[in-house]
Amino acid sequence: MAISAEEVRHVAALAKMAVTDEELTKFTAQMDDILGMVEQLQEVDTTDVPMTYNVTDARNVMRPDEAVPGTDRAELMKNVPESEDGYIKVPAIIDESEEG
Amino acid sequence: MNFETTIGLEVHIEMKTKSKAFSPAPVRFGQPQNTDTNVIDWGYPGVLPQLNRGILEYGMRAALALNCEITKDIHFDRKNYFYPDNPKAYQITQSDTPLGRNGWLEITAEDGSKKRIGIHEMHVEEDAGKNTHNPNGYSYVDLNRQGTPLIEIVSEPDIASPEEAYRYLTRLRQIIMFSGVSDVKLEQGSMRTDVNISIRPYGATEYGTKTEMKNLNSFDHVRKGLEYEANRQAQVLMSGGTIQSETRRYDVPTGKTILMRVKEGKDDYRYFPEPDIPPVHISDEWIEEVRNSIPEMPDERRKQYENEFGLSEYDTDVLTQTKEMSDFFDATVAHGADPKLAANWLMVEVNSYLNAQQVELADTALTPEHLATMIKMIQDETISGKIGKKVFKEIIKNDTEPQAWVEQKGMVQLSDPAKLQPIIDDVLDNNEQSITDFKNGKDRAVGFLVGQIMKQTRGQANPKVVNKLLMKSLNAR
Repeated sequence: MAISAEEVRHVAALAKMAVTDEELTKFTAQMDDILGMVEQLQEVDTTDVPMTYNVTDARNVMRPDEAVPGTDRAELMKNVPESEDGYIKVPAIIDESEEG
Repeated sequence: MNFETTIGLEVHIEMKTKSKAFSPAPVRFGQPQNTDTNVIDWGYPGVLPQLNRGILEYGMRAALALNCEITKDIHFDRKNYFYPDNPKAYQITQSDTPLGRNGWLEITAEDGSKKRIGIHEMHVEEDAGKNTHNPNGYSYVDLNRQGTPLIEIVSEPDIASPEEAYRYLTRLRQIIMFSGVSDVKLEQGSMRTDVNISIRPYGATEYGTKTEMKNLNSFDHVRKGLEYEANRQAQVLMSGGTIQSETRRYDVPTGKTILMRVKEGKDDYRYFPEPDIPPVHISDEWIEEVRNSIPEMPDERRKQYENEFGLSEYDTDVLTQTKEMSDFFDATVAHGADPKLAANWLMVEVNSYLNAQQVELADTALTPEHLATMIKMIQDETISGKIGKKVFKEIIKNDTEPQAWVEQKGMVQLSDPAKLQPIIDDVLDNNEQSITDFKNGKDRAVGFLVGQIMKQTRGQANPKVVNKLLMKSLNAR
């Protein structure tokens, strides 16, 4: 097996997805198939092939550093389930803070 | 057992581009919540990032100022995590191809010698929004900061003490400020430091296990947190324990570090190349163009201040602490002020005003032109130094043209002997006793007479001229 059920559970948790035991068995088998195919690809010798980061030929697509005023807050807030005083209100999540 | 300390620092600094890294929303501090945002910052379905050329230009400036090699073929990567301060659930950063590598900066070590601290790599990325936690069980999210461009500067583990870490940060801040990439306002959180520290017995070949502290925005907290942590680790090891890889928090009130969590693996961020931004090739011409746009660095300015202007090492230190101050000094001198006088006014009167009012130079009404005009008036004795202080108080508070103001207020110093002599004669005529005292060798009489003359001229007489004329008149009587 290229991937264990435990790893699939971990990946699901990182993606905030709940999986049943039944799904876990199914996904593990499916992901194992996919990884098996990727492993097959790794047999190809790519020593002198440059890394592909992007599948289009586009390069150096940039805009000049010019500011455009922000979108009207009232408009944006129409899609916010809960807001207060111009803030987006969300259930407090403290433990995983990137803010540390 | 004696230990040696190994410290590495990762510093995030907000760049002062006009617009965000991947959206054209403005980059500003202190705007009303969620007003400087757009659908890209909010991670709306179907939006695509738009790479701001400015973040690469500023990033390269910083990289070159830190003596880095520029990576000529770069792309961006996604770092995935869920948190409300980042609605699209990933940060666009650079993990494979950092813009700069293998740089260094120089600090003065504690023994006074010069020491180079290596810069492992330096990359550009976006900042997240701001969450405010409320005891009511909600967090309040402001996305104005979401997408603000950052540079992250990762040092080599070359830093050997908390004091060296402090000096590294001070120096880094100065270099970034002078390169014009950021104003680096610490109180606005525009420079945040993650530290990691390990200790090992002297002579050991392997590094010890390191612990980290994240998001410190005061250099002093970095220094104190590291001091505490080095001692804590030594005590754990000496009592036979082991250090575990963990994230700790510096607690300001107690000065201690507190365990937050045992560290997650790096793989949990599931980095992969950002598919929505095509790779960028940086040409030699572009690098040279950026190199030529970098303003003069503090060391070059120091040389000029010491060699051309004859300022002391201390003066040059103070003047080059911030780019704002150094630019102001340069402009004041360019407007014709004597460099030594300009340095003195800035270091003494201006700095004490800024400290007392808790403001920055840019918040005052003072302009280099007005300061230069005032200094020139003192130089050519149009006004006395004492009046100068009054003028200074006016021009730092209000946008007042000093020369016109001095004339309007009748503060111009009286230096013309033809105007002073009649006043002196008059004072002498009315103070026969003082003349007698003077003749009898009582020097105090002179002071009294000068006082009378100053009173008659409402403090505007030029003391030097008054003294000279008075002595001449006294001796003639």
